[in-house]
Amino acid sequence: MSFRIASSPHHHSLAQTPALMRTVALAALPGIAAQLYFFGYAVLIQIVLAMLTAWASEAAMLKLRGKPVLVRLKDHSALVTGLLLAIAIPAVAPWWIVVLGTAFAIVVVKQLYGGLGHNLFNPAMAAYVLLLISYPQQMTSWLPPTQLQHHAVTGADPICLVFSGYSCQGFSVAQIKADVDGKTMATALDTLRNDLTAGKTVTESLQQPVFDSYAGLGWSWINLGFLLGGLFLLQRRVIQWRIPVALLGSLTLLSLLAWLADSDRFASPLFHLFSGGTMLAAFFIATDPVSASTTTKGRLIYGALIGALVFVIRSFGGYPDGWAFAVMLANLSVPLIDAYTKPRAYGHRPGI
Amino acid sequence: MPSLFQQIKSGQLWDFHGGIHPPARKKLTSQVAIGQISLPERLYIPLRQHIGVAGKLLVKAGDTVLKGQALTAADNAMAIPVHAPTSGKVLSIEAYPSAHPSALPEPTLVLEPDGLEQWRPRHALDYLHTERPHLLARIQQAGIAGMGGAGFPTHIKSGASTGVDYLIINAVECEPYITADDVLMQHEASTIVRGIDILCKLLNPKAVLIGIEDDKPLAITAMQQACAGKADYLVRVVPAKYPSGGEKQLIKLLTSKEVPNGRRPLDIGIVMQNVGTVFAIAQAVEEDIPLISRIVTVVGQTLQHSQNIRALIGTPVGALLDACGFAPEPQQRVIMGGPMMGFTLPTLQIPLVKTTNCIIAPTRHELPAAGPEMDCIRCGACAEVCPAVLLPQQLVWYAKAKDYDQLKAHNLADCIECGACAYVCPSEIPLVQYYRVAKAEIRELAREELKAEQAKARFEARKERLERDKQQRAERNQALAAQRQSMLAEQQKQQILAAQQRQEQQPQETLSKEQIIAERERKKAEARAYQAAKAEQAEGSPAATAETPAADPRAAAVAAAIARAKAKKQADAVAHEPTPADSAPAEAAPATTAAQPDAETDPRKAAVAAAIARAKAKKQAETASPEPTPAESAPVAPAAQPESDTDPRKAAVAAAIARAKAKKLAEQAAATDTSAPDQTNPDQTAPVESAPEVAVPEATPDTTAPDPAAAKKAAIAAAIARAKAKQQSKPTEPEQPS
Ligand code: SF4
Ligand code: SF4
Repeated sequence: MSFRIASSPHHHSLAQTPALMRTVALAALPGIAAQLYFFGYAVLIQIVLAMLTAWASEAAMLKLRGKPVLVRLKDHSALVTGLLLAIAIPAVAPWWIVVLGTAFAIVVVKQLYGGLGHNLFNPAMAAYVLLLISYPQQMTSWLPPTQLQHHAVTGADPICLVFSGYSCQGFSVAQIKADVDGKTMATALDTLRNDLTAGKTVTESLQQPVFDSYAGLGWSWINLGFLLGGLFLLQRRVIQWRIPVALLGSLTLLSLLAWLADSDRFASPLFHLFSGGTMLAAFFIATDPVSASTTTKGRLIYGALIGALVFVIRSFGGYPDGWAFAVMLANLSVPLIDAYTKPRAYGHRPGI
Repeated sequence: MPSLFQQIKSGQLWDFHGGIHPPARKKLTSQVAIGQISLPERLYIPLRQHIGVAGKLLVKAGDTVLKGQALTAADNAMAIPVHAPTSGKVLSIEAYPSAHPSALPEPTLVLEPDGLEQWRPRHALDYLHTERPHLLARIQQAGIAGMGGAGFPTHIKSGASTGVDYLIINAVECEPYITADDVLMQHEASTIVRGIDILCKLLNPKAVLIGIEDDKPLAITAMQQACAGKADYLVRVVPAKYPSGGEKQLIKLLTSKEVPNGRRPLDIGIVMQNVGTVFAIAQAVEEDIPLISRIVTVVGQTLQHSQNIRALIGTPVGALLDACGFAPEPQQRVIMGGPMMGFTLPTLQIPLVKTTNCIIAPTRHELPAAGPEMDCIRCGACAEVCPAVLLPQQLVWYAKAKDYDQLKAHNLADCIECGACAYVCPSEIPLVQYYRVAKAEIRELAREELKAEQAKARFEARKERLERDKQQRAERNQALAAQRQSMLAEQQKQQILAAQQRQEQQPQETLSKEQIIAERERKKAEARAYQAAKAEQAEGSPAATAETPAADPRAAAVAAAIARAKAKKQADAVAHEPTPADSAPAEAAPATTAAQPDAETDPRKAAVAAAIARAKAKKQAETASPEPTPAESAPVAPAAQPESDTDPRKAAVAAAIARAKAKKLAEQAAATDTSAPDQTNPDQTAPVESAPEVAVPEATPDTTAPDPAAAKKAAIAAAIARAKAKQQSKPTEPEQPS
């Protein structure tokens, strides 16, 4: 009888990459649900489009590169990339935005760099930046929360908007975004930035209807949803605490200092934490292991760097929300961070 | 702040980086009674079961041995004997699959038990009244080597007499499944403590730390009870975490110290012994029982009952499994050692050895085989668990890229191959496998580097030797040349004398002709000797390349000899009859024919040869003249011509010139030949140029000399020129890149 030869260890934990990816998708559900509630089901259309594109481009690229397609597809990493991009872009952005972005993310940022594990940049964020620079108008077409919509987006409207750019009644995105007075309602961050530029104080700006008590209406709930999902990931040990904690910590600290120094010109830490994509970035995007620092100390630095960059871009930069830029800049500094935070191996402590 | 010793005494524990918590599965066997199995039909005892060398074989096939009898000798410090586990007959000593990941056959003694269990005489020792050397010798002779897995000779580890602060007894047993040490402690705690006593006598430590994982409550109680009343024996319960039983990890855990990179625990005052080893020491000293059996955990879901078995060393694994009701599944894996660091066996013939603590026969579901390897997602899970604080993901990256420098920079050598990284890797990358391969490659590379270095040293030594040889040769040649030169001068002097004598003895013409022939013969012999000398000179260099350059000096020598002969003949002719130089050959021809009847075949042959040589020399001279000869040779002739109006003198000068030319030609040829491999060397053009120069000063004064002496002087000059040219040609001697 022949016996099977294997190399040690003969034992393996049950954590496996495909399962990890599925858990990530699962953890995004609360946040998606909140988006669904405040911005309608258009987000689901985006997710479906993104996942289909991701899956198809991944398969095509694997085939082109002569890799085993089915085995690699099963790691589900492409689906997670698509999912994250779909969540990040405005729900009623035209369909080709998400298709183009996802294809770019998979084909160029991931596969052309050598596939899973080899990409320097977070694919979803690189694609997001590309889209933001190329199609700034479409990429900022966040509708006001359903509750504030003058022309309510209902029924088949999301489908019409995504595929034609007009609601079924023929309203354009710009028209829907307008409030009763015909003034365009932007997201909380946009509004704040515009108001501050116009010379208003933060307190004055926060009186507007797109804000609830402390952050953007709806956005605080979406952020809470992603926070919940993030905690779930932490609990399941899919991600480690260092990056999110460092990221949120540095963002909180910097915004707190600025706010204490000048509360008229700077928003409160709470506003920063629960506006825009803070929680999504902190738990789902910055923690992407491939493009993050791999050393334990390095992860603290990496997270803190993103938090600081976001604060700087939000407070002083030209874009209202800076997640994608911050993450990409931090991605760039990963090799440096890793090189300087190499842990001291056992028995290599100086002076022993 | 309390000192480290106080902290340790007070029971403080530290933590080491990383570690994992795989399901322990120790309950399967930890409370099952230790089993026995009947004597197997054959025992296979590998002659070497430790790190070190095998002792000299003491028995031969056909011998009957007693239980506990040494089969190999402890004939040096690194040799650990093996013993007959039971009485019986030695069937053979043969190559047999070894208990090693490679299963490569190793010399193994096959023993057929006779079932009598007849012991050899035993001599118990009272350790308190035994000298250290005797105790250490007993430990070595009992065949004890580290039973935790490494198999390091125990007597060496126990031989340190000073500088030991802590003796650590490793009873952690952190790998899943294994309970051999656990049950040993449960049943033999007091013997173990006596073994510690013996080690304390040998090592004299400040304290003894007994590390046991907290999932062995029975063993902990047993050991605590056995240690009661021994203030320095500290039972330390450590939290279950793999690999806390690793030597370096346990040291950190119990003492907060780290073994510096590249050093041994003893360097920081620590000696660690496995608890099974300690038990074996006690048995060897107190009862003179060598290491012939051990407890092994036999476990797995393909077995009807998992249990610990006290089995004889040499028992085939198959016999152990069968005793537990082994029902293999297709593609069954059988693991020797734990699930984290053990290795799979290709065959169940492999015997139990001193370091075997566990045999696992799992089902496919129990320990699932690794899935397909996926891409590293750089999640860093591996780095979080690595007890050596390495970056496994970077290591595997560099291992795949075969970037050995980076592997070294990332301390691959510090990897203890614990498998924690591969255990947690979500992409199921067989990380440890990559490290093993890379380590082997690095070892191989280092070996090759060493080899290359040795070869280089060898090559350089050889070059030096050759250089020395060459120098010696050159010196010798120079001396030889000087000798030859003085010899030639002497000869010429004699020739002059002889010529003068001949002049006086004109009437005896026939005789003188004979003399001429004899003289020619002598010259020829000389020329041949010279040739031979030349050939010898060229000998040092490889035949193929040396042949052509060697031929040229030879040709030159021949030409010179011929020219010499000619000059002499002419001189003779001048002396006897004032015939024009042109007729000299003609004259010489009758002379030789005249000599024919007188002389035997040899002189005749010599005459013919001389004629041929003459003709050749002439031809050479002829072919030489149309060639663009250096300007220097031209003035010589005109300068000589007006003064030397007499024919013989002209002839002599012409001969000298011809000689010089022939020589130069030969040298040119030699120079071009030798310069072929190295044409830019300016040295090699020197002799070509200097050859005419030599001829000029020598030839010009000649012309002023009186008639008969002139010819002779020319001959001398020619000889000198020849010698000089030769000397000069020496540097151009083909230098072969040897
Ligand atoms: S655990 Fe595996 S996948 Fe994760 S970083 Fe290490 S090698 Fe890569
Ligand atoms: S096998 Fe080596 S690299 Fe992996 S965890 Fe163990 S020591 Fe670290």
